[in-house]
Amino acid sequence: MRSAVRPRGGQPRDEAAAAAPSRGPRRSRRERVIRSTQWTAWGFLAPVVAYLGLFYAYPLYRNIDLSIRSYTVTSFVSGNAPFAGFANYRAIFANPTFAPALLNTAVFVFVSIAFQFAIGLGLAVFFHRNFRLSGLLRALFLVPWLLPLLVSASTWSWMLNSDSGVVNAFLQAVGLSPIDWLTSPTWSLGAVLIANIWIGIPFNLVIMYSGLQGIPPDVFEAASIDGASGWQRFWRITFPLLRPVSAITLLLGFVYTLKVFDIIWIMTRGGPATSSTTLAIWSYQLSFGSLLPDFSSAAAVGNVLIVIAVVFALVYVRARHRLEAL
Amino acid sequence: MHAFRKARAVCAALLTVGTVAAAAAGCSSSGGSAASSSSSGGGGTYTFWDPYPQYNNTSDWAKLVESCGTQAGVTIKRTGFDTTALTTQALLAAQQGKAPNILLVDNPVVSTLAKAGALTTTATNGLATGSVATNILGAGVINGSTYGVPIGANTLALYYNPKILSAAGVNPSSITNWASLTAALAKVKAAGKTGITFSGINTEEGSFQFLPWFWGAGASLTNLDSAQAVAALTLWTTWLKDGYAPNSVIGDTQTTAWQEFQTGDVAFAENGTWQKAAAAAMGAKVIQIPGENGGEAPVPTGGEFFTIPVQSDTATYATSAKIVSCLSATANIVKTDNTLNYIAPTKAGQQAQLTADPSLSSWVSAVAVAQARTGNNLGTKYPVISQQMWTAVQKAESGAATPAAALAAAQSAATAALAK
Repeated sequence: MRSAVRPRGGQPRDEAAAAAPSRGPRRSRRERVIRSTQWTAWGFLAPVVAYLGLFYAYPLYRNIDLSIRSYTVTSFVSGNAPFAGFANYRAIFANPTFAPALLNTAVFVFVSIAFQFAIGLGLAVFFHRNFRLSGLLRALFLVPWLLPLLVSASTWSWMLNSDSGVVNAFLQAVGLSPIDWLTSPTWSLGAVLIANIWIGIPFNLVIMYSGLQGIPPDVFEAASIDGASGWQRFWRITFPLLRPVSAITLLLGFVYTLKVFDIIWIMTRGGPATSSTTLAIWSYQLSFGSLLPDFSSAAAVGNVLIVIAVVFALVYVRARHRLEAL
Repeated sequence: MHAFRKARAVCAALLTVGTVAAAAAGCSSSGGSAASSSSSGGGGTYTFWDPYPQYNNTSDWAKLVESCGTQAGVTIKRTGFDTTALTTQALLAAQQGKAPNILLVDNPVVSTLAKAGALTTTATNGLATGSVATNILGAGVINGSTYGVPIGANTLALYYNPKILSAAGVNPSSITNWASLTAALAKVKAAGKTGITFSGINTEEGSFQFLPWFWGAGASLTNLDSAQAVAALTLWTTWLKDGYAPNSVIGDTQTTAWQEFQTGDVAFAENGTWQKAAAAAMGAKVIQIPGENGGEAPVPTGGEFFTIPVQSDTATYATSAKIVSCLSATANIVKTDNTLNYIAPTKAGQQAQLTADPSLSSWVSAVAVAQARTGNNLGTKYPVISQQMWTAVQKAESGAATPAAALAAAQSAATAALAK
C-alpha cells in the first residue's frame, strides 16, 4: 500500500524538461537526444541478446539439428550427417523403450508433484501458526534441499539396499517381509519416487510458506469472527488466495521433476532393465550410456522432453490469464 | 551525463560484439590447425590425454610421461579425464580438429573412435606392435588395421575368502566347472554365509561381468539367444533365486560388489585384476573362472590402448610414435602395469612381472585366455549387442522375464538396431 503513495521516480520532472525546449532550433537537439537514448537502449540490450543467442538459442538450434540429421560417430566427426527429417523421431516412438519411459516419466512427475505439493502445503499451513521452536523445525525441513543430490541419492540407495538396508531391517523388525526396493521391477520406480518426494518437499514448503505470509491476517480474523471453522478457513480463504503461488509452484515443480536425472541414475541406473527409466534417463543412456554414442536419437528424446515442458508452460499461461480475468 | 552514459553503452556493445566474434572465431577454427601448436619434428608441445585423473603431476606416471617427452625432444602437456568422459571428449575434440597428439583410451572405445575416423593406423604412424600378445592386441585391430598398442591388460577371475571356504568344508581346487562351483556355493550358504557377489548392473560393467559365463558356456555374441547363452543366464538367475548371490548384485557396480566381499561375509567375488592388492591385504586368494563343462572360461580383456589421433600436421606422428614406444618399452611398462595392477601385454613384460611376484601366475594365465570384446571383427557392433545383453541380464535377474524370453527379445532388438 505504502509504495503506491510514494511519488514515482521522477517521471513528472522528465516530462516538464522535455516539454520546455520543444520549440524552434532546439527541436533537432531533442531528436538527437531521442536517437542517443535509442543507442543507449540497444547498448544495454546487446549483452542480453548476445547471451540469449549464445547460450540458449544456439544450443537449442544445435539440439534440433542433431535430432533431424542421422549422426553416426563417423559423421559426427566429419560433420556431413545426412538430413533425416523425422526419421529419428519415428524411430524413438517405435522403440520398445519409448512407451515404458513415457509412462514412467508421467508417473514419476505426477506422483512426485502430488505428494510434494500436498505435504509442502500442509507443512506451510502448520508452520504459519508460528509456535515456539517453529523456526528450528522449519530449518530442519530444509535439510534435504541443502544436501548435494549425490549425497542424498547415495544415502537413499544404502537405506533401501535389499540385504543390508536399514529400511528392510525395520520392516523385518515389525514383522513384515523385506522388499527389493531397488532391484525389483515393481518397486524400483516407487523407491526413486520416495527419494524424490523427500527432496522436493522443502521447495514446496518454502514457496507456499512465503505465499501464506502474503495473505493479510485481517482476512483470517474476519473469518474467525464470522465463526468459520479451521477447515472452512483453509478451503475458503487460504487455498483460493494461494492459487497464484500454487500455480507457479506446480509449474516449477513440473519442470524440475521432468528433468530429474541424478537421483534415478545414482539409485537404479534406470533399472532393473527399463523399469525406472524415464525420458531423461533414456536420453542420457542413448548418448553417453553405451560405448557407441547415438547423439541423434538422444537429441530427439531431449526435444520430446522440451516439447512436453513447453506444453505445460502454455497451460500455465492460459490458466493465469483466466485467473486474471476473474 | 548523457555523453558519459552513451560511452558506457557503446563500450558494453563493443565488448559484447567482441565476445561474439571471439566465440565465433573459436567455433570456426574447426578443421583448421590442430591444437597442438607443435612444430613438426623436434621441439614444441605435445598433448596427451589419459583416463587416470587420480595421478597428479608428482606421480610416477606423470613423471614417466614427462621424461618420455623429453627423450623425444618435446614437452608433454598431460590431461587426465574420467574414463566415461574421455570417449565423448575425444569425439568432440576430433570433430573440432583439436584431438590430442596421443590418446590413452579404454580398449572397447578404440573401434568406436576408429570408425569415427579419429585415429591413425599403425601403418600410418609407424608404431611397432610386434611383441604384443595377439589376443590383447585384438581390441585394436579392425578390418586388418591396427589402431594402437595396449598399455597392459586386466581381466576377471574368482577371488575367494579361504577362511569361509575352509569353515564350509570347500576345497578351492575342487572347483573345476559350473556344477562344482554351484555345489560349493550351496555349502557356503548352509554354513550361514553369502556365496558370491558380482556386478549385474544396467551398464557396460554388467556385460563385462557376464561375458566369462556367456563365453564359458560356448555362446557367441552374434547369437544372443542360443541355448548356451540361456544356460549362462540361467546360472546367474538360479544363484539369485537360491540365495547364493545377494539380490543387490542387480544394482552393484564392480566396486560395490567388491565392498560386499570385503565385509568378510562373502565366499566368492567375480572381480578384476585391479583388486589384487586389496585382495592380498585381506588374505583373499584367486582362481580362474571355470567354463560350464570344465576348463578355463574365456574372459574379456580390460585395459587401455595408446592411440595416435588424426592431426592436420602429419609430421607429428613420428614424434608421437617415439613417445609411445618409450612409454611401452618393457622396463617402463612393467613399472606402470605394477602401479595400475595390470598384466603386461608382452611375453617379456609378463616374465619380468612374474619374476618379481610369482603370485601373479594365475592372472598371467587368465590374461592368456582373455578375448577382446570388440574382437572377431565385431568392432562397433559390440556396443549395440552389449546394451541388449545387459538389458536381458537385468530382466532375468529381476524376474521380469525368463532367461530365454529376455535373451530372445535382446537378440531381436540387437538385430533391429544393427540393421539401422
